[in-house]
Formats: sequence, C-alpha cells, structure tokens
Amino acid sequence: MTDSNLYLTMKGTNEGIIVYLDDQCAFSTLLNELKEKVQSDTVNDRTDITIHCQHRYLKDWQLDEIRKVVEEDSSLKIKSIESNVLSHQEALTWFDETTVKTFIKTIRSGQILRVDGDALIIGDVNPGATVIATGNVFVLGQLKGIAHAGSDEQANSVVVASYMNPNQIRIANKISRAPDYEVEGSEREFAYINEITGQIELDDIHNLQKIRPNLTDIVERGL
Amino acid sequence: MGEAIVITSGKGGVGKTTTTANVGTALALQDKKVCLIDTDIGLRNLDVILGLENRIIFDIIDVIEGRCKLQAALVKDKRFDCLHLLPAAQSSDKNEVTPEGIKELIDELKPDYDYILIDCPAGIEQGYKNAVAGADKAIVVTTPEKSSVRDADRIIGLLEQEELEPPHLIINRIRKHMMDTGDMLGVDDIVSTLSVELLGVILDDEDVIRASHHGNPVAFQPDTKASICYRNISRRILGESVPLMSFDEDKGLMVKVKKLLGMK
Repeated sequence: MTDSNLYLTMKGTNEGIIVYLDDQCAFSTLLNELKEKVQSDTVNDRTDITIHCQHRYLKDWQLDEIRKVVEEDSSLKIKSIESNVLSHQEALTWFDETTVKTFIKTIRSGQILRVDGDALIIGDVNPGATVIATGNVFVLGQLKGIAHAGSDEQANSVVVASYMNPNQIRIANKISRAPDYEVEGSEREFAYINEITGQIELDDIHNLQKIRPNLTDIVERGL
Repeated sequence: MGEAIVITSGKGGVGKTTTTANVGTALALQDKKVCLIDTDIGLRNLDVILGLENRIIFDIIDVIEGRCKLQAALVKDKRFDCLHLLPAAQSSDKNEVTPEGIKELIDELKPDYDYILIDCPAGIEQGYKNAVAGADKAIVVTTPEKSSVRDADRIIGLLEQEELEPPHLIINRIRKHMMDTGDMLGVDDIVSTLSVELLGVILDDEDVIRASHHGNPVAFQPDTKASICYRNISRRILGESVPLMSFDEDKGLMVKVKKLLGMK
C-alpha cells in the first residue's frame, strides 16, 4: 500500500465525520482508495459520515458507485453527499423554483396566469381572470378575480393583496368564494388556511408575520 | 397614408356599429377622407344606420373573391363626398373571409383615405380575428354595465396580443342619474378597471335611436348631446385635446337664478 490517504481527507466536526474527496485525480483512483480505506476500517458501529466531493461534479451513477463502495464494504453509513458545484441545469431549476416571478401587467378577464413558485403581480387581477401559482400569490394592486395559491397541495401558501375583493380564493384544495351580497373589498389583507378550522380565512396584512413566520424561507417550505 | 382603426367590444349590442357610423360621420365633417368597412358578414347593419342600404351593388366578399374591383364596391355617402362605405355581405358567412384577405384589402385602401374605420362583429371568433387583422389601432366600446365591462376587459386582453397600439376606450350609453345612485358603474371605475386611455363618453340619448331609425347618423345634427360627444371623440382622434363633456343637465336660467339666491 503506497501513498495511502493521498486523495482522501477526513475531518471530525460537530456534525460528524466529513470525508473530503480530492477533486483533481481520476475518479477510478478515488474509488479504489475509498475502497481500501473503508475495508481497512475496523469500527463496527454504524457511524454516519458525510462525503464532500469539493469541486468535482459527480453524475448519478458515480454517486451510486460511491454509495455502493462505502455501504457494502463497511458498516459506515453515508448521511449525505455534498459538493461545491451544481450543473447548469440544476442551477436553473433551483433558480426557477426559488425566485418570485414578477409580472408587471393587468391580468384581464379570461386570461390564466400559471406560475411555478411564487407569483408577484404588479397590477390588477380583474374579475374573470385567474392566477395559479404553486407557491404564494402576491398582488400589488386590486385582486378582483381568482387567485389559487399552493396549487400542488402546498397548504401553507398564502394569497396577499393590497386590495382584496376576489371572485374566489383557492389555496391547495380549498376554495372560498365572495358572498352573494355585494361587498366592498378591503385593503391590505391576506388569505390563508387556518389549521384549526381547516378553512380559508382573511386577516389583516400585519398578522401575516405571526401566522406564517417562515413565508419567505423557501428551503424551509420545501419548495 | 391612412390609419386603420378597428372598433370592437366583445359583447354584442353595446353600440359598435352606431359608434362606427357616427365617428366616421364626425371625421368626415372635419373634411377627412373616411372609409367605413363593415366586417359583420351575414349580419350587416352599418349600411342601414347610414341610410345607404339601397345603394349597395357589390360587397366585401365580392371584392375578396375577385368578382369586382374594390372601387366598384365602395358606396359613396349621400351627405359627404369624403365618406365611403364598404358593405358586408348579407348572404355569405364569416368563414369565407380570411384575416389575410382583409389585411390586403385595407392595405389597398390606406393610400386613398385619412381614416379607415373597421366595424367588428360581436364575439371573439373568426369574425373578430378578421376585423383586427388589418388594423393599426383599436377602439373598445363598452357600456357602464358589468357584463359589457367584463367583455371589454377580455377583448383588451386579446388585443394586447396583437401588434397594435394600446387600445382606447369609448363608454357608450351613460345615464347620469343611474351612475349617481350607484346602480351603474361610474366612468372612473370603468377606466380604472380596464386601465386603458379613455377616448370619450357618449350620453344615452333618444336622438341616437331616432337618427339611426331614419338612416341619418346623429353626429350629423349639430345640437344634440350625443352628437357633441361623437364630435368630441373625432377631434380627439385628430389629436386635439378636448375636455370631457359635463354630464349635468342644463337646468335653465330660472333654476340657476334660484340656486344663486339660495332658494334651491
């Protein structure tokens, strides 16, 4: 055995052991060394480790190989595989899912606006118009049409409008509609699903912080 | 080179044809060369309102299908030399016309006229697409009713997808007392909902119906309220800035005197 541990660096941290893989050598070299290393390991409890590939981009099959080598030949368990790099496609998808989509226009009767993630409309949503977002719907204008937030079952989504007088509000699979008598809209309100009653309720915008403290934390919401 | 303006509304019966006839007449009164095109194939009305029904020999379908020259189908107005009408066909249906056909026709007319007004059929189907095809600008007509404002909103949404300038709005059949009591949408409400530029308002006036009945557009008469509304609109199209007409009824001298003395 020569030059052992040349390409592997292990570090103990508060979160457990992190194994740093060299990102310059050949993948096969790395895999061989990893194999040797884990086979020589004598610890028998199922220790969780984190693998960090630094600046090497690993494809799915390569990740599978690493998992196979570590978990078949030893009692170690991989908690996660981390990396400093993302593929262009992954970065785009991530960007797409986590940014608020902004539209500066009036959504008119008969128009349907579908959005992945959060929708911010700077303009009015007129009667008969529909906005459907997988995330939240924010309307910086008058909401008089239909707003559907959390369209793929995200029940903690909200609809926020600077003037709220909608035909309907839909959140996840719940629907509420305007009363049959004529109502004046109200300013600066938001709609959410009250966990206790299970119904869509309206509240003053000042209470949004209390009711949905993690609203803008996209990672927390699992988007 | 003339300008082609399509007059549309989505909903039927809000006064597209009457507006086309009267705005056309008002523009002709200002010595502009105007051609009115009726694209409501199968349900032609514009000729009736203008009182030109008896003079029709060929129609728009004849021109498109090559049965006659474009000049031969144009009907000259009985009041103005500078106002012409290209009538719709009454017997054919809308599907015999294509947007390309209309566009070609309008391009042929443009050099000879200052304004070409296109009267659009109701609806958002083929007939609407044909009418919009050759236009440079659009005027949306609505009434102060919820249903017609909703349809106007829909049409504006569709017009935004065309390569046109942002449409202008005419609010037709305004009844002052119903707006005051809140039984009709107000002008400001409509303009803020539709968020387009207001070109003019037209008061609900029996004279409009009377004039149409006799085949004489109301804009031709100098003294009715509706006529002044239409003339103001034509002046705004020509680029003048004309303030919106006051809706207040003319109460007569005695009322004004009484008001002055604090008796009313």
